[in-house]
Amino acid sequence: MFLKDYISEVYNGVSSLLKGMRKTGYYFTHSKEIITEQYPDNRATLKLADRFKGEVVMPHDENNEHTCTGCTACELACPNGTIKIITKFDITPEGKKKKAIDAFIYRLEMCTLCNLCVAACPSDAIKMAPNFEHSVFDRSKLTKILNNPGSKIKEGIE
Amino acid sequence: MLSLESITKTTQDWLFAKFSPQIALTIECVIVILLAITLFAVLGLVLVLLERKVAARIQIRLGPNRVGPGGIFQTAADTLKLIMKEGLTPDAADKFLFNLAPFIVMMVAMLLLAPIAFAKNFQIWDINIGVLYISSVSSLSVIGILMAGWASNNKYSLLGAMRSGAQIVSYELSAGFAVLTIVVLTGSLQISDIVAAQENGWWLFKGHIPVIIAFVLYIIAVTAETNRAPFDLAEAESELTAGFHTEYSGMKFALFFLAEYINIFIVCAIGATLFLGGWMPLHIGHWENFNHVMDYIPSSVWFMVKTFFLIFLIMWFRWTFPRLRVDQLLNLEWKYLLPISLFNLLLVTVIAIMGWYF
Repeated sequence: MFLKDYISEVYNGVSSLLKGMRKTGYYFTHSKEIITEQYPDNRATLKLADRFKGEVVMPHDENNEHTCTGCTACELACPNGTIKIITKFDITPEGKKKKAIDAFIYRLEMCTLCNLCVAACPSDAIKMAPNFEHSVFDRSKLTKILNNPGSKIKEGIE
Repeated sequence: MLSLESITKTTQDWLFAKFSPQIALTIECVIVILLAITLFAVLGLVLVLLERKVAARIQIRLGPNRVGPGGIFQTAADTLKLIMKEGLTPDAADKFLFNLAPFIVMMVAMLLLAPIAFAKNFQIWDINIGVLYISSVSSLSVIGILMAGWASNNKYSLLGAMRSGAQIVSYELSAGFAVLTIVVLTGSLQISDIVAAQENGWWLFKGHIPVIIAFVLYIIAVTAETNRAPFDLAEAESELTAGFHTEYSGMKFALFFLAEYINIFIVCAIGATLFLGGWMPLHIGHWENFNHVMDYIPSSVWFMVKTFFLIFLIMWFRWTFPRLRVDQLLNLEWKYLLPISLFNLLLVTVIAIMGWYF
């Protein structure tokens, strides 16, 4: 019985080591598995992970329309006051007043990219973009207005 | 045909024709020393680069690729940096032993070079107790490591050195037994005899089961003896900063580093000589045509290919397996490797007496 345990122990040990060596041997012989990005050289073809968080952006469609209702949920969700929303009132064709954003101010220098604002948004107006080259010569350039000039809210978003 | 054998023979004839025997011998010694130092320098550069490249490929990285095409001058640049750095000696260290230790380690590595047959009839010293000489001299390197650890006057260095001592003392046994299996089959301790015995097939194939077991044991034991991962407890970066060479810097550190790689080369060369036929080409039984084609490849190429194959195997181990704990390390040796190698020696003796090998 003792001998049987001993031999099975040796067998299990060797087989698990060989399993590990098979995996590393596979990586050694398959250069397509290499995940290194030689960054400054391959700027044009850089591949980033989908979940990479570089900055907050507000997507606009081809009619220069966004989906932000100006509800300020993101402003409330932000732990360090990165977002400031200035609202205004638009006049709809029916003559009613409707709340809309004047400026979505985003201070990248204060942002920790925690994703809480994106999670808080009820209308998916903002999202994280993979751009990470943020260095500028003047700090004030990091304060951005996310809604394009002249943009308006998409029809049917409340 | 131009071969290493003919070059050495021409040089020797020319020297003995020109000078008196004593002077000719002295000149030959100087040439051998120069060649050995050149080999060491080249091997250090090549093996460090090879290791970094292999490690990178195994870890799905690219490795050094900035200095020179494909990064081939990376290690030369590193060596240049190490030469220019200050070789600091700590105040509390035993200065004499501290400065002596790297040279002892290096000298042991150099001594081991003597009986290795690099090509057909190309050997520095073909002594009749070659295998015994190798196994006895290789265990001396622990003295250099213990000396470095003790003289540094640093707790990490001392711990690393003590671990290394325990490790080499234990693993020397199974490495010795693995080597003995080949000695039993060949009936000689001389390296040239061992190589000559493998003319019709390497021992790994001729000796079947016991020699394969011995080969595996030998590879495990020499990985431990050269203090490489998964047995690199003497250095253990995450536990002991750098183990026995914590206090070393500059060229003295480079000597330790170089000695590690030279030792790998030497143990792999010995492994290739004992199990894979040394410089002997791959011969299969009575396939005359196949054997004839194989003979066209120079013997030095055969030797280097086999040695580098084993070096690659040991590097593969290093970048696959995690480091063992001290108790696991000693368990592996005394509870597994030693009983298996004792049993294996018995098996190989029976096989040698009954003639059950090819």
